[in-house]
Amino acid sequence: MRIILAAAAVVMLAALAFAAPWLQFVLTLAIAKGFAALGVAVLLRAGLISIGHAMFFAASAYGAAFLARAGINDLGLLLILSVLVSALIGAIAGSFLVRYRAIFFAMLNLAVSMVFYALCAKLYGVTGGTDGLPVPIPAVFGTVFAEPVFKSILFYLSLTLMVLVGLAVHRYLDSPLGHALSAVHSNEIRLEYLGIPVWAVLLIAYTISAALAGLGGAIAGFAIGRVVPDFAFWTASGHLVLIAVLGGIGGVPGAFIGALFLELLHSAAVTVTDAWNLFVGITLIVVIMFMPQGIYGLFERKEAQSS
Amino acid sequence: MSNAIIPLLLDSLASAALIFFAAVGLTLVFSVLRVLNVAHGSLYSIGGYVAASVCLFIASRQLNPYLSFVALLFSAVFVAAILGPLIERSLVRWTYGKSEAVQILITFGLFLILEDLQRLVFGVQSLYEDSPMRLLGTSSIGGVVYLNYQILLVAMAVLVVVGLRLLINHTRLGRLITAVVTDREMAQSIGIDTNRIFILAFSLGVFLAALGGALATPTSGIAPGLGADTMVLAFAVAAIGGLGQIEGAAVASLIVGFARVLAIYLVPSLDAVAPYAAMLAVLLIRPYGLFGSVTARRI
Repeated sequence: MRIILAAAAVVMLAALAFAAPWLQFVLTLAIAKGFAALGVAVLLRAGLISIGHAMFFAASAYGAAFLARAGINDLGLLLILSVLVSALIGAIAGSFLVRYRAIFFAMLNLAVSMVFYALCAKLYGVTGGTDGLPVPIPAVFGTVFAEPVFKSILFYLSLTLMVLVGLAVHRYLDSPLGHALSAVHSNEIRLEYLGIPVWAVLLIAYTISAALAGLGGAIAGFAIGRVVPDFAFWTASGHLVLIAVLGGIGGVPGAFIGALFLELLHSAAVTVTDAWNLFVGITLIVVIMFMPQGIYGLFERKEAQSS
Repeated sequence: MSNAIIPLLLDSLASAALIFFAAVGLTLVFSVLRVLNVAHGSLYSIGGYVAASVCLFIASRQLNPYLSFVALLFSAVFVAAILGPLIERSLVRWTYGKSEAVQILITFGLFLILEDLQRLVFGVQSLYEDSPMRLLGTSSIGGVVYLNYQILLVAMAVLVVVGLRLLINHTRLGRLITAVVTDREMAQSIGIDTNRIFILAFSLGVFLAALGGALATPTSGIAPGLGADTMVLAFAVAAIGGLGQIEGAAVASLIVGFARVLAIYLVPSLDAVAPYAAMLAVLLIRPYGLFGSVTARRI
């Protein structure tokens, strides 16, 4: 039942973008942010709230821009390399960050990401300052396509990746390593007594979450064609946590549902008013107060009733 | 050599005073309510907007210019009296005892709402009204010409530190607050009205934020995005000093102010990096801040 629902949703997205090409950009961006929010959701499972994951999002987009400047011009290679860059940064930052809990974890992630943001904004010679860097259109299997064609390819690639990576993350969260995360949340000392190194469990989760944020960042960079320091600003990190919680951290689809909901709300709201964050803020508060399972929780509960 | 050091020190002090105003309310609210208010920066910028609007009004009507000083203070009181109880009763109260993730998200939602409300009410253009600063003129310290307004800022910051210390240690309200901070349940069971303490403490935090915003506008003006920038700065200072430590926030403001001014003098491009780098360095060594106490590991 759940698989059919998920498959139907993916087919619907593909059809939607085919029927309304102007939606393609919005949907690509939504999937990109969904990846990053999924990364945040992985850590939320362990009770760790990171207000700094936009850093990995931005780092990977900057990575793609630098690599493209260095002469690498293949979409697949650029994606893989920039995700590896953010995973590497995640492993390094995570190695000391996962020692902290609760509010200290949140604050340290914020501090690291704001140092990164300030450096990106100020080192004009390297990062182009607040103007950012262009992310040129790369070749796909040796062929350089026109911009509209490339954007379509990027969208369908993101959709495919969403399914594949989503399944992989689902598999990871269902493995002993993934279940250890919720154990960290409920009682980490018992976990240590069982002989499971909490530090390693969290470091792996942190690296995976950084890689996911990086994948989202690289896709966003290609979709927008430019990377700016604001990618890494703390409000962007806040939005990622917001998306994860809005969708529901219970499962993989939650992050993508949250991102789609937010991006569609955004494109609908900007036609009416500038103040779309007002609606987002109200939605967030309402969801947290009255739907602690997130939007995805609605589907979950229905399923529990019907089975 | 002293020619370079005196302005550097004075600049650091003035910068520290402004940073302190941004952070002290955040740390006060955290110590009493145990809630990290992510919307604190917005309250700061709302204070700034209200003060700048009133000062512009005074200037346009050509009223007594010294009224603008009264306006600075009263706009902060006004913002605190309206928004303090409103926000505490409607949203913050709901998060007591909930996980940090919930508290951060609820106040982040409030931050988004307040930022857009400011945009709707005050527009997107920046406001600049420096009559309070021009009015006080300049003076010369050791041959260095200096703005009197910045000395006023430092004096105000010292006043706030001393005032808060007196309030907490030497008044009945202060003792009640201390009781609630030390043991909330026990305080409740001996008949202290904790709800009232929470409203008062939160409103005091809003007042300090709004006062900081009001005092900062004559020096730097106010524009959209100030709330978000102030928030991280306040966060950095509160974290360096140890969340909930008022004197800690004062010392942390001096450190951050000095680091920032030093960066401006030495490597101007890195002034924005300095506060966060200081925060990172301190937190990595002492995650509970310079003056914070060690909390037991959760079992």
